[in-house]
Amino acid sequence: MPGPTPVPAAGPVPAAGLRADGWGWRHAGRSSWAVRGLDLVIEPGERVLLLGASGAGKSTLMQAFAGVLGGVDEGDEEGSLLVDGVAPAGQRGRVGLLMQDPDSQVVLARVGDDVAFGCENLGVPRADIWPRVAAALDAVGLDLPLDHPTSELSGGQKQRVALAGVIAMQPGVVLLDEPTANLDPGGVIEVRDAVADVVRSSHATFVVIEHRVDIWLDVVDRVVVLAPGGGVLADGVPSVVLRDRGAELARDGVWVPGHDPLEGRPARGGEPASGRVAAPDSGAVAEAIGPDSSPPRVRATDAADAPVPVSTGLLAAHGLVVERVPGSPVAGGIDLTLRAGRALAITGANGAGKTTLALTLAGLIPRAGGTLAASAVLAAGLGRPRHDGAARRRRQQQRELRERERERVRRGDTPVGAAGIGASSPDQRLDPFEWRSGDLLTRMGMVFQDPEHQFVTGSVRGELEVSLRALRLPQQQIDERVAEVAGRLRLDGLLKANPYTLSGGEKRRLSVASALVARPRILVLDEPTFGQDSRTWAELVRLLAEQLDRGTAIVAVTHDQAFIDALADDEFVVGATAVLAPGAGRGGVAE
Amino acid sequence: MSVLTPARGPQSIYSINPVAKLAASLALSALLLVTIDWVSAAVALVLESVLFFWAGLSPGQFFRRTAAIWIAAPLAGLTTLLYGVSAGQTYLQFWLIHISDGSIALAVATVLRILAIGLPAVVLFATIDPTDLADGLAQVWHLPSRFVLGALAGLRLIGLFLQDWRQLELARRARGLGDTGRIRRFANQAFALLVISIRRGSKLATAMEARGFGGDVVRSWARPSPFGRREWLLIAIGLVIGVVALVAAVLAGSLNFVIG
Repeated sequence: MPGPTPVPAAGPVPAAGLRADGWGWRHAGRSSWAVRGLDLVIEPGERVLLLGASGAGKSTLMQAFAGVLGGVDEGDEEGSLLVDGVAPAGQRGRVGLLMQDPDSQVVLARVGDDVAFGCENLGVPRADIWPRVAAALDAVGLDLPLDHPTSELSGGQKQRVALAGVIAMQPGVVLLDEPTANLDPGGVIEVRDAVADVVRSSHATFVVIEHRVDIWLDVVDRVVVLAPGGGVLADGVPSVVLRDRGAELARDGVWVPGHDPLEGRPARGGEPASGRVAAPDSGAVAEAIGPDSSPPRVRATDAADAPVPVSTGLLAAHGLVVERVPGSPVAGGIDLTLRAGRALAITGANGAGKTTLALTLAGLIPRAGGTLAASAVLAAGLGRPRHDGAARRRRQQQRELRERERERVRRGDTPVGAAGIGASSPDQRLDPFEWRSGDLLTRMGMVFQDPEHQFVTGSVRGELEVSLRALRLPQQQIDERVAEVAGRLRLDGLLKANPYTLSGGEKRRLSVASALVARPRILVLDEPTFGQDSRTWAELVRLLAEQLDRGTAIVAVTHDQAFIDALADDEFVVGATAVLAPGAGRGGVAE
Repeated sequence: MSVLTPARGPQSIYSINPVAKLAASLALSALLLVTIDWVSAAVALVLESVLFFWAGLSPGQFFRRTAAIWIAAPLAGLTTLLYGVSAGQTYLQFWLIHISDGSIALAVATVLRILAIGLPAVVLFATIDPTDLADGLAQVWHLPSRFVLGALAGLRLIGLFLQDWRQLELARRARGLGDTGRIRRFANQAFALLVISIRRGSKLATAMEARGFGGDVVRSWARPSPFGRREWLLIAIGLVIGVVALVAAVLAGSLNFVIG
């Protein structure tokens, strides 16, 4: 990365001050205020880290300062909010705002045009725009041609392009609303470094919201903690605030350096699950899935509910080849076994095919080669195979592949057998991709990276019930299971809410809950801890540990080392084709 | 490379203002729609074929891009041949089918006309970059920048729709909803896509607003959208081809007004 380049004219542009006096905002249609009674002064040129429990209205405040909160029909406002002593709406361009989702930060199709977009809106003369664009791209350390398509950027690069677009506007304040929440650890560092460079060379006021304190500690000189519901809880020099309020902040979900979200208790082993299950429902849980579920009930899902001894093999892959686009495999030669009560972490570089592997294991996309087979325990009670368009297309493809393979062998070329392309499992029926959706449900739970993609109904209760209805469970049982999971994941107060209106942490909890409610034997999770606050993180880890104790097998695609340390029994590095014991280094093969 | 960032080539056709391409294509179509006869269409098609050499597309690209038109034109022609207004000698009659001198002439005229209007339109549009088109519409035709840029930014979301759709499909299977009827599943999934798209759209709108979009300031344009001699020349070519085709039809006595 090139050294910090001063953005031209960053000097002459004076930093802006921010001020809130008894300010409050209530979104239209809500009964409670997002922020209320807030008094805050941020002096020009300050670098502030804004903390607070999720739901403390941090994002709302940022959007209000940026003047994009909307007018009277969007909500009720009280008190006053000023940028340089003027209402934010009249201050377009003085305030730059960068938000979370990289996909909706980029506006135009080419990098240069996108960075220029803000300048155009401010009416900057054409002759001045392009030097600003070049300087801004340089400042965020992006060395890309101006006509580079924005669709080909990584998440971290998209955020840097968006940041360049913000600083090209030469704002007096730069507001960053969790700019790294949707990025992998590499992207987080990339964006943090770009911001640090910009901060060093600019005079602008900086305010960043983030629950991972350690990322920004070197960049900021003041920490403000907002109280949920309004007001300031703590305010001062980072070291002092963290010393005095560290424990409290950690409890609220802020990642405070030196505070273990699990509070020193190992997530796994020792404690029986019942000790951690939410009290009122724990009896029902034990009755339904515990080893002593006495009166044998007669219903289809019984077989799937019965516990199995830890380490029983459930699903085995041999020489598995995975692909997203037919004909272009992304990873091959994969050998692994998913076992009851054991957690496997899938790691590896970006683009190595981790998500593709997870989707293949979960029976959602067809494998490209090798075998993937359920054990007798997992396959017990399987209905007839699926017979839809996807399955038919897949069978057709396999026939063609086998034909081609035979042709190659006949010609005496090196058989691709090593990669296993075209080989089929001994019994096609054991491949989860061949199962009907209903059979998949009690065997494989999938938690997608983006929870929103998983939502299929208009309410939290609906989300939790939908799979149980697909299983045709009696209403009483549905109610029991929903109450248990909702209580366990603190969703019981939100059952009527629309899933899309939940906070990031709540969405994640709901997506996990809606997979768990069907009690799958294997739970597959794709980056479950991305952007989560430490409280949600710890809850997730404990919940998954409980599932392991109950005999569920867990597979998690993850970049999160703390998550791996807390839960994983084995680690599979995609691209390295070996299962490692976590922490055993790259040499130790555990299986 | 995608629809949003199409290939750029060295030929001058790539740098001609998209608005001029739009205008030329509209002018030509308007003139060719005055009459339906084979002479005018054939003349226009011959003149255009010469120009296709400068269109900036290789023969392979040309036929790939225009494949739909090569398929649609004969089909439309066949329909006209079988069911068109009969006149003159009848060659075949079966139920509603009626092949006569009149329907044959009309069929030939239809095929040629679809090619004469469709081919140049596709060829001209193939080299249009949406960003340049937006620049042209706003700077040359002075359409409101709010709508033009809003549409341009929205266009970028289309690529994301496809990804979202695939994800929704997988999620439905994972949630046990993959066994229900195809139509119901499709409707349900389409609604989910709509919800996700609207949310994405509103997030994008906020991001655009945060960068000063939609303010009171008069917007400047980072990219010039020149409209000069080359652009007028292209429009003139479109007009000349249309006029020559019409004059030829008048001289040949084949003029056949569509209206009237």
